[in-house]
Amino acid sequence: MAAPSILCRDLTLSYRRHPAVHHLSGRFAPGSFTAVVGPNGAGKSTLLKGIVGLIRPDSGTIEVDGIRRTEIGYLPQQAALDRGFPMRVLDLAAMGLWRQSGAFGRISGAMLARAEAALDAVGLSGFENRTVGSLSGGQFQRALFARLLLQDSRLILLDEPFAAIDARTAEALLALVGRWHREGRTIIAVLHDMEAVRRSIPETLLIARDPIAWGPTADVLTEANIDRSRRLTEAFDDDAEACERPAA
Amino acid sequence: MTLLDIVAGPFIEFGFMRRALIGCVALSLSGAPIGVFLVLRRMSLMGDVMAHAILPGAAVGFLLSGFSLFAMTFGGVVAGLTVALAAGAISRATPLKEDASFASFYLVSLGLGVLIVSLKGSNIDLLHVLFGNVLALDDASLILIASIATVTFLAFAVIYRLLVAECFDPGFLRTIGGAGGAVHFVFLVLVVLNLVGGFNALGTLMVVGLIVLPAASSRFWSEGIGLQIVAAAIIGIVSSVVGLIVSYHLGLPTSPAIILAAGAIHAVSILAGPNGSILRQALRAQHLRG
Repeated sequence: MAAPSILCRDLTLSYRRHPAVHHLSGRFAPGSFTAVVGPNGAGKSTLLKGIVGLIRPDSGTIEVDGIRRTEIGYLPQQAALDRGFPMRVLDLAAMGLWRQSGAFGRISGAMLARAEAALDAVGLSGFENRTVGSLSGGQFQRALFARLLLQDSRLILLDEPFAAIDARTAEALLALVGRWHREGRTIIAVLHDMEAVRRSIPETLLIARDPIAWGPTADVLTEANIDRSRRLTEAFDDDAEACERPAA
Repeated sequence: MTLLDIVAGPFIEFGFMRRALIGCVALSLSGAPIGVFLVLRRMSLMGDVMAHAILPGAAVGFLLSGFSLFAMTFGGVVAGLTVALAAGAISRATPLKEDASFASFYLVSLGLGVLIVSLKGSNIDLLHVLFGNVLALDDASLILIASIATVTFLAFAVIYRLLVAECFDPGFLRTIGGAGGAVHFVFLVLVVLNLVGGFNALGTLMVVGLIVLPAASSRFWSEGIGLQIVAAAIIGIVSSVVGLIVSYHLGLPTSPAIILAAGAIHAVSILAGPNGSILRQALRAQHLRG
């Protein structure tokens, strides 16, 4: 299976004309595993949303090659979900089988068995019939990983997957992501823990709205680069003029 | 007089009581999934708003052709959907939040509806539209209610998984290319249909009660969505039966009696239901070891 790749050409993504990702060009290679790091408000989540197609580029393009957009496995930041929803953990994981079951098809016994196996793989066996409301933050995140596992996508985008979970769980999940990488999938993960990135992730994109550096992790995460990224002012300039940088 | 006489007597003796019972049972059944999802989507008050929004449409039907079932139903559906869509569109296009936008629409609708009914009819007519006349359901009304219940069940069978996904994780549905917007729209249509079906029986103001009260109560009886729907249907039916019997024996108006019966069950649910009720929290047993 050929792994998907993503090509950004002079990409700008913005909110009400204020750029969150500014003139980004580069390529996520097939089968690559890239960490996206940068300060708050640097446009990391925005970039993932742009790739999935939740927001449209203001200028420039994103070309996703080798996979349809609707097949991308995307794990958004946790906050958006209603944790009090009366849904079983097994049913949450089984949403990952959507491509097989569709909106109307039957969910067979074999599919449920796969969902159970996925929960087992993230250490949630025995939780199948509990409601999602009874899970802790870390357990809930693991259940979302089980769903992602079942989606079996060749392109996986993770938005701060380890925020608010304990170190042991984070390590177990990172190992799972590493296995996906070895299986030849293309993976992009927004992360905060620079040490973890240095240890386990081969490529890094450092952005602070404008791209700072992109390449092998050791070359990107230098003191000088990180220092530059910290100089990003978080607030948008209300009096900013139109950006006149010529298209690359 | 035996208990059987008190409970079954009115229904055995009078055809209009049997009709009222059938109408209310059908409404309770189809209102159950509608209500449960309204509550899940935090739209319980939107149900109320849409019920008011139906009023001017039904009133225009009434103005043009009197108590014509078809005219009032058609007008109600058109008005209800227009308000639901317009309020949604305004909240997306302007900074006004959806609840504020819905509230403004329904206040205008209510004023407009009452004005139009009074143009032609008497206060009695207005009362009929606002509070229904469940003891005078004719064949056509019963068939309408039953048809709407059938359509509701079929539609839910088709959209159930999409609707659950759209309620729980709309972002997921969007990224996998599911038609979240279309599902929401189908759901709104079903809400309006049920409100219109119910307004003949219980009136525009009371019908929401038979949809939302049992659903709000059901979460105290079960954790899962499927069982909540079943519980809501049972609570709706019991409320209808109790309300009809009480109103018959004590000579009380029927639709308020039904809604108050549902309200009483709601109070019991909050106090003593098995899932998260006040009593359950107070009686929490000794915690376990692990």
